[in-house]
Amino acid sequence: MTLELSHLSRRFADADALDDVSLSIAPGEFLALLGPSGSGKTTLLRILAGLDYPDTGSVDLDGQNFLAAQARERKIGLVFQHYALFRHLTVAENVAFGLRVRKRKLRPSKAIITERVDQLLKRVQLDGYGQRYPSQLSGGQRQRVALARALAVEPDLLLLDEPFGALDAQVRVTLRRWLRELHEDLKLTTIFVTHDQEEALELADRIAVMNRGRIEQVGTPEAIYQQPATPFVCEFIGKVNKLPVTLASGRLGAGEWTLDGDPWNGRHTNAVAYVRPEHLALDVPEGQPAWTSRLRHIYLAGSVAHLELYVPSIDHTLEADIAGEDVAKLALQTGADLRVAPRSAVVFAMDKSGDDATVQDRWVWQARNALHV
Amino acid sequence: MTASATMLQKRRPHWPRKVGRALLILIAAAFLAVFLVLPLSVVFVEAFRQGIHLYLAAIKQPEALSAIRLTLLVAVISVPLNIVFGVAAAWAVARFEFRGKALLGAFIDLPFSISPVISGLTYVLLFGAQGWFGPWLDAHGVKIIFAVPGLVLATIFITLPFVARELIPLMQAQGSDEEEAARVLGAGGWQMFFRVTLPNIRWALLYGVLLCNARAMGEFGAVSVVSGHIRGLTTTMPLEVEMRYNEYDYVGAFAIASLLALLALLTLAIKTLLEWRYGDEIATRSPAGTSSRGH
Repeated sequence: MTLELSHLSRRFADADALDDVSLSIAPGEFLALLGPSGSGKTTLLRILAGLDYPDTGSVDLDGQNFLAAQARERKIGLVFQHYALFRHLTVAENVAFGLRVRKRKLRPSKAIITERVDQLLKRVQLDGYGQRYPSQLSGGQRQRVALARALAVEPDLLLLDEPFGALDAQVRVTLRRWLRELHEDLKLTTIFVTHDQEEALELADRIAVMNRGRIEQVGTPEAIYQQPATPFVCEFIGKVNKLPVTLASGRLGAGEWTLDGDPWNGRHTNAVAYVRPEHLALDVPEGQPAWTSRLRHIYLAGSVAHLELYVPSIDHTLEADIAGEDVAKLALQTGADLRVAPRSAVVFAMDKSGDDATVQDRWVWQARNALHV
Repeated sequence: MTASATMLQKRRPHWPRKVGRALLILIAAAFLAVFLVLPLSVVFVEAFRQGIHLYLAAIKQPEALSAIRLTLLVAVISVPLNIVFGVAAAWAVARFEFRGKALLGAFIDLPFSISPVISGLTYVLLFGAQGWFGPWLDAHGVKIIFAVPGLVLATIFITLPFVARELIPLMQAQGSDEEEAARVLGAGGWQMFFRVTLPNIRWALLYGVLLCNARAMGEFGAVSVVSGHIRGLTTTMPLEVEMRYNEYDYVGAFAIASLLALLALLTLAIKTLLEWRYGDEIATRSPAGTSSRGH
């Protein structure tokens, strides 16, 4: 069942919730809709669930018009951010709900429903909890009940709205891994909405990064992280250093650091380079382009050390991440002078300098010389 | 004396505060006694002053029985209609965004702010013999004013806000997540309503119905205007009380009044029970489910 979303737009009173969104979702795929709040990701999910409708555009399921079907006909499992468990029903009754509201002809017998509920509760590791009420469960348990309830109707498509948003960090990580295993078991096409990039990177087969009602980039977690398509994706995913770059005497660069080559042959004089903290080399040999910087702070956070480096020539503070053990190896100390340069960067050509500039082109740049740490 | 004991002593209220507290409680209790308990007791004392036989006789009079029947009839018609209206209005306000939503909310409150006499009068102006629709209704043989339909209309108007006002804040607080979940799980509109919405609002609904019923049975002003005071035909219990009182039939007046008072006490008892038992599922206080819903 391939789900084909094309040119979906949805306008609310004051803003575009979705602006010409097209996306294709393959059978069995685990897709993350990632974006900040207000980016339209939840609106998109609600449209798929049949709880909202686009103003224009279409959704096709294997060539059939998906939007013409009502919510109840779509064979969808939806898990809400705040679970939305029926508070007056027990856990077992919650899970059985989707089967019990079926038309008599399609409704399984009581014995079969009970059996199915037991199986599902076992599946979500909640056997024995059937007679409890939602208010007697922890957040993680409620989330699993919500999942069992959604799975009970044997959906073709599972939709999860910020599934771990309301849980504390420890439970979140455990439940995340568990959900991934469940997906590998069931092979159910799953779409989940999240604002947590770590969650999306870890869980999803593919990520659609959304911003202001538009999809900025769709790709594998690796592609999203390594080759971000837009400045927004660079800034939203992971930590990143943002550096203005200008063309001077045929070379793009900032301060003492220059890029080797110019793919645009001088067409663009302004650009912005995005450099991830772990892509900064700290001990660049003489003769290669690098900034002279002063090490301001070392924040040792367990296995990783976060360094704060001030570069006087561009009046910029860079963030660099290195392995914790390398701090000792390099004998780093606050106040030390270091020659730093990016090993790789994503460079966007801009039509002018400043924050309101428009992107003209992208260049995923790798340093030609292998730079160490 | 140890240090902690001294601390404890210091935290206790000083005698002026104690006296102040006692005084405040005394004033409140005295107020309640003089203005509530005393009059209420008088009703029963006066009703039974000349013995239980006269009391029973007063109630067994055909006019009294007719008034009781009429009061129950008015309540039986107007309360269910108000449930339908109240749930529909609360649903509309809590679940949908539409133009004039604030206006609808204001209109729901109108019967609270308007004098009941005026609401009665508007019905006379609409449906009375000289009213807008009076001649047409008369020509078709429909009698509203000075008849039972008028009483029902006036009562519905007066009790309009009770159910809706109870439900709106609760339904807004509960949100529509559970209803949407039910829909996605395959429930139809009625299934969703009876299996999810209704159970979630049942206690608040009962609470609203109770208040609505108490008012429907006790309403005097609006009903008085449209009734015409036709003994045995259009007098409800409150009207019967007033008429008997004006005829110096004190035992009769207080006997019927005592029935109304009993009804009020019963309502109060159930209301208190509901508040005590299901307070968290009745509007304004945080509903049980929401405490765990984050945000």
